[in-house]
Parts: sequence; C-alpha cells; structure tokens
Amino acid sequence: MNYDRYLNPAIAAVPPSGIRRFFDMASTMRDVISLGVGEPDFITPYYIRNAAVNSILNGETQYTANRGLPELRREISLYLSSRFHVEYNPDEEIVVTIGASEAIDTALRAIVSPGDEVLVPEPSYVSYSPSVVFAGGVPVGVPTLAENQFRITADAVRNAVTERTKALILPYPNNPTGAVMEESDLVALAEVVREKQLLVISDEIYAELTYGERTHVSFASLTGMWDYTLTINGFSKAFAMTGWRVGYICGPKELISVINKIHQYAILCSPRQGQAAALEALRRGKENDYAEVAQMRESYDRRRRLMVDSFRAMGLACFEPLGAFYVFPSVKTVGLSSEEFCQRLLEEEHVACVPGTAFGACGEGHIRCSYATGIDKLNVALERMEKFVARVKKG
Amino acid sequence: MTKLETALLDLLQEDCRLPLEKLAVMTGATVSEVAEAIENMEKEQIILRYAPLINWDKTDKERVEAMIEVRVTPQRDMGFDAVAKRIYNFDEVKSLYLMSGGYDLLVLVEAPTLKQLAMFVSEKLSALEMVTGTATSFVLKRYKEHGVVFEGEKTDHRQVIVP
Repeated sequence: MNYDRYLNPAIAAVPPSGIRRFFDMASTMRDVISLGVGEPDFITPYYIRNAAVNSILNGETQYTANRGLPELRREISLYLSSRFHVEYNPDEEIVVTIGASEAIDTALRAIVSPGDEVLVPEPSYVSYSPSVVFAGGVPVGVPTLAENQFRITADAVRNAVTERTKALILPYPNNPTGAVMEESDLVALAEVVREKQLLVISDEIYAELTYGERTHVSFASLTGMWDYTLTINGFSKAFAMTGWRVGYICGPKELISVINKIHQYAILCSPRQGQAAALEALRRGKENDYAEVAQMRESYDRRRRLMVDSFRAMGLACFEPLGAFYVFPSVKTVGLSSEEFCQRLLEEEHVACVPGTAFGACGEGHIRCSYATGIDKLNVALERMEKFVARVKKG
Repeated sequence: MTKLETALLDLLQEDCRLPLEKLAVMTGATVSEVAEAIENMEKEQIILRYAPLINWDKTDKERVEAMIEVRVTPQRDMGFDAVAKRIYNFDEVKSLYLMSGGYDLLVLVEAPTLKQLAMFVSEKLSALEMVTGTATSFVLKRYKEHGVVFEGEKTDHRQVIVP
C-alpha cells in the first residue's frame, strides 16, 4: 500500500539523520571503538540512582504537576540563580520537560507560525532544523567558521535576519564543535537581538562542561536579555543522566504558560522517577558544591587536551574546543570528504566518528569526535587514526 | 599535594603505562614538570611501585589466599607496630592492616597450597607469643579489586553512535 497520501509531505521530506548510516555500519562490527557517542561515559552517581529507586519503593507512581514537581522547580530555580545568575520564578517561569529535546520542540511549536524563519547556527545539534520544520517554520542556517572559533557573530545574524525571522537558536557550548561564546560575543549579539526583536532559544545543556578559567555565561543573564530569552537546560550532560530524560525550559511567564499548554496536552508530565532523581542531583549538588560534576569535568578536560594534541600531531588542524565533550578537527588536508573519511576510517580501522556534514552542510571538511570514552580506548582509537591518516595521505 | 600531583596519581592509578608526554598533555604541565613530580612522589614513597592487576584465577598457577583476623597483646612502649613488623616479615603475608573493631590486625596471606597456608597459621602466626587468637577465612572467588570488576557484564550500555 502506498502511504504517501497519508503522510504530511513537509515532514516526510525531512531527510533522516546523517548518523543513521554510520550507526548501522558500526553496529555490525565487533571491535569498533566509537568516538561517535554524544553522551557521558559515566554512570549516573549512585545516590541519584538510589533516589529514583526509593521513589519507586515509596509508591510514587503517579503523574506529577504538568510543570514538574514543585520542589524540583524550586531547586532548578536556586541552581540557575547560584550557578548562572539567572532568576526564574519556580511557579510561573519553569517547565520540567522530557529532556532538553522536548523543550526545544515545544518552544518552537509555541512560537512558530507557518512560514516563520528561525535562525539555526551551523554546525549544530541535529534536531534544531527538523524541529523548526515540524513546527511549520523555515530553518535558516547561519554558518559558523573555524576561524571564528565556531562562534556565531552578530554580523552573521544581522545578515540572516529577514522580516519573517522570529527567533535565534543559541546552542552553546556547542555540539558538535565544542565552541563556547565569550561574554563579549554575547554582548555584541544582544544588540542585534534587541534591534531585530528576536527571541533567543538558548540551549545550555552543556553549560556545566566548560574548560579553562572561564565559566559559562547564560544569555538571559545579560542586561536586558532576560525578556528575550528562553533558557533550556537539563540533567543529561552535567549529571550523566541521559537516559532519565529530564530537562527544563525557563522564560517569561507569557511564553512559558503557552509552552506548558502544549506540554500538558502532548506529554502530561516528565517521568516521575526521573524527576525524583533530578531533585536529588540538585539537592546533593548544592550541599557538596557539585563535586561529582567537577570530577567529571576534570576528567573530560584531560581527555580533551589529549585529543586536541594528538590530532594536531597527526597534522589535522584542530581548533581548541572549550566546552561540551567534542573535538571537531579538520580533515581537509587528508584529501577526503567528511563522509568518505568517516566511512573509510570505520571500515579500515574500526573507529567510528560522525562526519561534520551530519550537523549542517558547513560541517564539510570536519569530523566530530566525542571524548566521552575511557583514556585507554581513546589512545587506541588515536593510534588507529594516526595510521589511517598517514596511509591515506601517502596515497 | 599539588594539583598536578593529584591529577597524576589519578591518571597513573588508571594506567601506569601512560607515557610522560601524554601525562603532560593531559595535565597541561611540561614533560619535565611531570617527570619531576613523579620522581618526588616516588622519593616520598607516595608511589611505591607500578604493578599490573592480575586475575590469577584465569592462570594455571595454584594459589590459596586467606584473610586472617588476629587478636594480639600490644607490646609495651611499641604498641601494635612491633607486632605488625613481626607479622609482615613473613613472606606469605601480602597485606597487613591495623583494624578498629573486634580484632586488631587483618592479615592477607597467600600460599601455593592449602596445606602450606594451614602450616603458616598454626606454626608461624599462632606461634608468636603476642598473638592471642586467630580466625582464618579463605578467599573463594574474587569479584572486584582496586575498583576493577573481574568478570562482569559489559558496563557500557550506550548506543554505538549518538547525535
């Protein structure tokens, strides 16, 4: 039977994720080392897991409030205030979602009217542009460049704005590049946001994972920007809680109440045990100054240095990522496209990476390597890659 | 302890074969700083040796291990240290700890056969005049040592590629 007549053509036309093919190939190999995993290699800390178990044993098996457990929203409010200097009222300005992913989708559905344009920096996480399309909007890619440390510039945004532009997605620290925005970059961006009256959807899921002396600057914390910002964050990356599916979105109550309307009808509420776990993560974090987060960050930082140094030693240009857990080296000097490089590397050396093009056309020439993997495995993967690069270059 | 020393111990405990160059890259220090820090820790006996973690059960070496709880009479002026020294000087003793609780010393003993281990307890350990009692428990199976699970299921439950 032909189902085309049933499917929404706009949605059917969205291409499948660029990683699918590599996933299928890598899944059949036995000794593959994957640098393609966009989630922590740590297991959720024990006390957090235990809080979920206790919640089950206590019979907490019901729905929660649509917006999430009130005590969790209170803790989220305190957390954002103390860590990132942004203030949100737990009763009216926060909704707990099924991961940051639902937050992105729901935010777009709440604001996009048919034909509205949403600016999406590229390369960036795979779900933004499809989510804009699903909401009936038009994603407009704004390329970011290695020579600008993959930061989005005020000029690039200004040039991309049309009268249909409604919002800008601000995904920093960035997946796949590992780029971060400095406060001065954000201040420059704020001017355009004010001038063009853009709404900023700031996806700060990697906020806890920044390296060096700097710490993450939340866009809503800039003077005057709170009113223009939806802040998205969650527990997946900072607390190694990807499978729990708990995130949140915060913003002005006029927007959050509409977002909550969609969330309430589509989702009802985020899973209760995930919320119980998240609550414990924040309560304990507050008490021990987020010791586990700091430990994980330190461990990532060592691996980050190892990766950058090794890629440079192989002769691959590699911009220094200061956030998330990815490096995004250039493979242009090897003489292969991103896709070819990843495919041959996987076939010949059994190392899985993700081609930069999976994150937008301007990712061509780069590959994404996640370092959320043990040092022993990273070292083996790097040795194999070094061999591969030398062999291909030699022709 | 400096921050560098702490980081090095962390890394070496995981894999003591990491070359100095990689340790330097990962800690953001120079190779000579790393070498110096490690040498200092060796001198101060913070690092005592670099040894592999072996699962002997997978080898064909015959080997019996036991943990012995020992009660002793402390020596005048010397406390437990003198007793401990007498005990750790036996080659069979692999580890020795002074414990709080119902007994004084915990002795980890290793011998090629059960008979030899029994002889050690009855003839050497119990024969010491300050030892007032022992309770020997044999190790039947090793599940985890130094944070490493010996025969576990796979621990990485992640999908092979995740966006």
